[in-house]
Amino acid sequence: MESFASVPKHNSPLLEGCPKGGVFERYQPNPNKNKPDSSEKFVRLSLSKAKLETDSGTKATEEQLTLLFKLKKDITKKMSRYNFDYLDELEAEAIHILREVAGQFEKPALLFSGGKDSITLVRLAEKAFRPGKFPFPLVHIDTGHNFEETIDYRDKMVARLGERLIVGSVQQSIDEGKVVEQKGKNASRNALQTVTLLDTIEQHQFDACIGGARRDEEKARAKERIFSVRDEFGQWDPKRQRPELWNIYNGKIHKGENVRVFPISNWTELDVWNYIRRENIELPSIYFAHDREVITRNGQLMAASPFVNMDEEDVVERKKVRFRTVGDISCTAAIESEAFLIDDIIAEISQSKISERGARMDDKVSEAAMEDRKKGGYF
Amino acid sequence: MNILKFFTAGSVDDGKSTLIGRLLYDTDSILADQLEAIQNANRKNDDGTVDLAILTDGLRAEREQGITIDVAYKYFQTAQRKFIIADTPGHIQYTRNMVTGASTANLAIILVDARNGVVEQTIRHSYLVSLLGIKHVVVAVNKMDMVDYSETVFDAIAQKYRSLAQELRLEDVTYIPVSALKGDNIVHKSERMAWYNGDSLLHFLEKVDTHVQEKSEKARLPVQWVIRPQTDELHDYRGYAGRVVSGTFRVNDKITVLPSGASSTISKIEFFDKELAEASSGQSVTIHLATDVDISRGDTIVNSSALPQESKLIEADLCWMDTKALDTSITYLLQHNSKVTKVKIADVVYKVDINTLEKHAADEFKLNDIGRVVLKTADALALDLYQENKANGSAILIDSRTNLTVGATMFRALAD
Ligand SMILES: Nc1nc2c(ncn2[C@@H]2O[C@H](COP(=O)(O)OP(=O)(O)O)[C@@H](O)[C@H]2O)c(=O)[nH]1
Ligand SMILES: [Mg+2]
Repeated sequence: MESFASVPKHNSPLLEGCPKGGVFERYQPNPNKNKPDSSEKFVRLSLSKAKLETDSGTKATEEQLTLLFKLKKDITKKMSRYNFDYLDELEAEAIHILREVAGQFEKPALLFSGGKDSITLVRLAEKAFRPGKFPFPLVHIDTGHNFEETIDYRDKMVARLGERLIVGSVQQSIDEGKVVEQKGKNASRNALQTVTLLDTIEQHQFDACIGGARRDEEKARAKERIFSVRDEFGQWDPKRQRPELWNIYNGKIHKGENVRVFPISNWTELDVWNYIRRENIELPSIYFAHDREVITRNGQLMAASPFVNMDEEDVVERKKVRFRTVGDISCTAAIESEAFLIDDIIAEISQSKISERGARMDDKVSEAAMEDRKKGGYF
Repeated sequence: MNILKFFTAGSVDDGKSTLIGRLLYDTDSILADQLEAIQNANRKNDDGTVDLAILTDGLRAEREQGITIDVAYKYFQTAQRKFIIADTPGHIQYTRNMVTGASTANLAIILVDARNGVVEQTIRHSYLVSLLGIKHVVVAVNKMDMVDYSETVFDAIAQKYRSLAQELRLEDVTYIPVSALKGDNIVHKSERMAWYNGDSLLHFLEKVDTHVQEKSEKARLPVQWVIRPQTDELHDYRGYAGRVVSGTFRVNDKITVLPSGASSTISKIEFFDKELAEASSGQSVTIHLATDVDISRGDTIVNSSALPQESKLIEADLCWMDTKALDTSITYLLQHNSKVTKVKIADVVYKVDINTLEKHAADEFKLNDIGRVVLKTADALALDLYQENKANGSAILIDSRTNLTVGATMFRALAD
């Protein structure tokens, strides 16, 4: 299904170390993943059984009533425990972090990219602050090379929320000569975003920027704190991170510094999708399978768009695709997919052998591509 | 389905990162492109096999030096559970990063190299585990392949650790012989150690019950933010937003607000578009009170029938985390949930020698030192003791000159 060249796992040199002469038995994940806890089901069953017996007899005996009462007590205890499942736990943690930002900073902002992670952040912000207003504006660093659908979505969402949107324009940074557009076939504006982001932060004096990065996306991100302090130049110093203990976040900074805050650090890609399904959150249509003209570049499908530099070698084809991650058009690859409904997407991701960032050209540059960009002030 | 958070501890090179890599690999949690990336990496094992440790050693400096400097978080799930793993560094100099990874964990995996047995770092990390009140411990005796999968070696190490566990009052300790490199007893039970009757590591992690935690029943909600829309239709709306850190609040409960001591009744518990009858530990909600009370961020709402202690003089365990030594002459900041107040270290009661676990009088506290101090705060704290209520019994110290987090404190007793 995926366009990414798949790695033949069974030729892995790892096999040399495995038991049973190279036949590597892999752990078989259970197909009934999110199945409800059986003990909870048992209590429910016993409860309805006891109720039935009580209802059918002319009068419930003292004993039956005591049993019913006890079971009911057990079930409420159990329910309140089991009802609070992993999505609730992740959600509650994220809301706590968002409220810490509100409480600790003078001028925070929420970086909104139009992707599913920042859309999730917006929903979490609604849960944290409604019916009040958000204690921060939404900030979009606009590369100018967007999918039209993302911008439509953004504007509708902002209108629905009644919140303030600030747009930092990469085009403007280019026009002002602050950055130079990349040249060549693989040119992308992704790297240029950092300058626009830092300028926007400085212009508005933001002391905290909330972002939707997750630790499961990439190995340098796996190392970053939830409150990640950046110096005056936006730089991350991975060797000098503050300890971060329990659920206590230290947002104290000097003037000029700012903090990047990642409320969904502990969410996986699948968690985000399951949350979007559970919350019924609308997404830009590019996340779902659609027909699109694409070209194949370095084994990846790229949208055939004026923002992607093409030459005569590139063959434009029409394919059914969707995007798994959404950034600048010039660095976001599509995957071939028939997944039109959110359940199909979840099924597809559960089976996928390629990570989400496998579709990002920007991470392919080197082993430390993300770390280097973060050190330079990137999200 | 619930989440188990665990971390790995042990000396440098005991195989922590390899063990995590193995767990991920054998549960099929490593995706093809990530696998390809580690196969293409320069760092390989001596025999040319892929070094699974690179999966978590995500920083350039870590890969260059072949060590773990800071904690990395990894995520995977099986049919039974979701797991959040913190891979923590073994070097003494990075202990603060290890404590970062450990502070939110339900379970600790302490690795012991089968060839070396219980060493200084084993004691140090076990001590931290007991200090942080982590209830479940797995002692993974690793590199069994290098001691011919010997039962005698394993038993001797387990025996030695048992007396340490007793001394540290670690109650739930499980011993598993493993080879992270070869995959024995990590996900699959090893055929090379038929003498071992217990579970594989993964199987144990899937079934360990973390519900029987030490969670306090006493209801506490530190107020993070007051929601006041001040629009026409919501003119009188006043919601106190925060996360219930322990116990359960119910509508109509009598509550007290600290430090003011004002009391009221819960009129409504809101969660976004829902009204809840109750909110329990872990939930982020918005509470409404029946009467007007002056409440702001930093205040704590508690159940009136289970008041916390209030004090400005607190005996606490302290892990010092800054390269600059503790200075008892200056004022630090103490952050306790949403409350920040000034604090001085009024007394250093003792320091723990972590090789012998003996307590010594001391007046100096340097990076990675651990011991008991007396905190003197400017404002009284509404606190519980750490052993009864982790969330309301812990705080961090901040150096206001550098803004760095310089200490982790766990409240142990009132000192006045
Ligand atoms: N023989 C053997 N070597 C191992 C085992 N586990 C780890 N190692 C090796 O020990 C070294 C250190 O491992 P690493 O995971 O980086 O240790 P860490 O410092 O605790 O994270 C590496 O060379 C590993 O390949 C094991 O079970 N058996
Ligand atoms: Mg390591």
